[in-house]
Amino acid sequence: MSRRDPEELTIAPDGRPWADQPKWRRDFPIDVPEDDYVARREFIKFLALTSFAFVAGQAWILAKSLFGRRTGFRRAPVARLSELPVGASLQFDYPGAGEPKLLVRLGPREVVAFDARCTHLSCPVFPQVDEGRFYCPCHQGFFDLTSGRPLAGPPTRPLPRVELELDGDEIFARGVERRMT
Amino acid sequence: MSAPATERGPRRLSRAQRATILTGIVSIVVLIVVLQLWLLTATMDAYLGGELGVAAPALGASLVCFLLVAGLLRYVYRLDRR
Repeated sequence: MSRRDPEELTIAPDGRPWADQPKWRRDFPIDVPEDDYVARREFIKFLALTSFAFVAGQAWILAKSLFGRRTGFRRAPVARLSELPVGASLQFDYPGAGEPKLLVRLGPREVVAFDARCTHLSCPVFPQVDEGRFYCPCHQGFFDLTSGRPLAGPPTRPLPRVELELDGDEIFARGVERRMT
Repeated sequence: MSAPATERGPRRLSRAQRATILTGIVSIVVLIVVLQLWLLTATMDAYLGGELGVAAPALGASLVCFLLVAGLLRYVYRLDRR
């Protein structure tokens, strides 16, 4: 049997010293100083768990970088120039379904295409050709129409750009380039 | 630095002393975890921007941070037994 600790302020109902009490009672003490101590100790345990969760998150990103990387985009027809007037836009899915992109015709032989999802929180962006920008209505984000770079609002990364190829009247998509700047 | 040894072994720390040590450890651990949070958001931002080379060193750095936290937690358990 343990000797009673002089710092114990409360006697447990069974009269035994604190060290001999079951764990659940030691984890939920009545004494305020002991409760403060246990609260800090448990907070450190919680932070250690959070720290591990961050490591797991980093490992997940690394796994996605190594195994989820898309290599080799297919060349796919997107539209015909004759069907798309200057200043008009067209939404299409590339490289697969559920990956919306926006094609905008800027001039007679000048077309650009970007991801149709805002790089902030993936809201759909809308072309405002007259203002020369893409607009995200969710949080008032703006991107440059020709480069896809962020102009204003919360987005910091540019819109992923679709590499295009003009073959006569036909517009082809050849790949998607994700960028930091 | 360990407590001065007596004939009965290391001097037992009072609860107030242990609580002060815990406060210091909490401060250090909070700093480390905030650093890890920043690291995670920066890595995610780089990944979404197509920068794939950042993930491996960031994982290493985060792992080092976790090992530091785990070491401090181990010290807390040892402190409990004193």
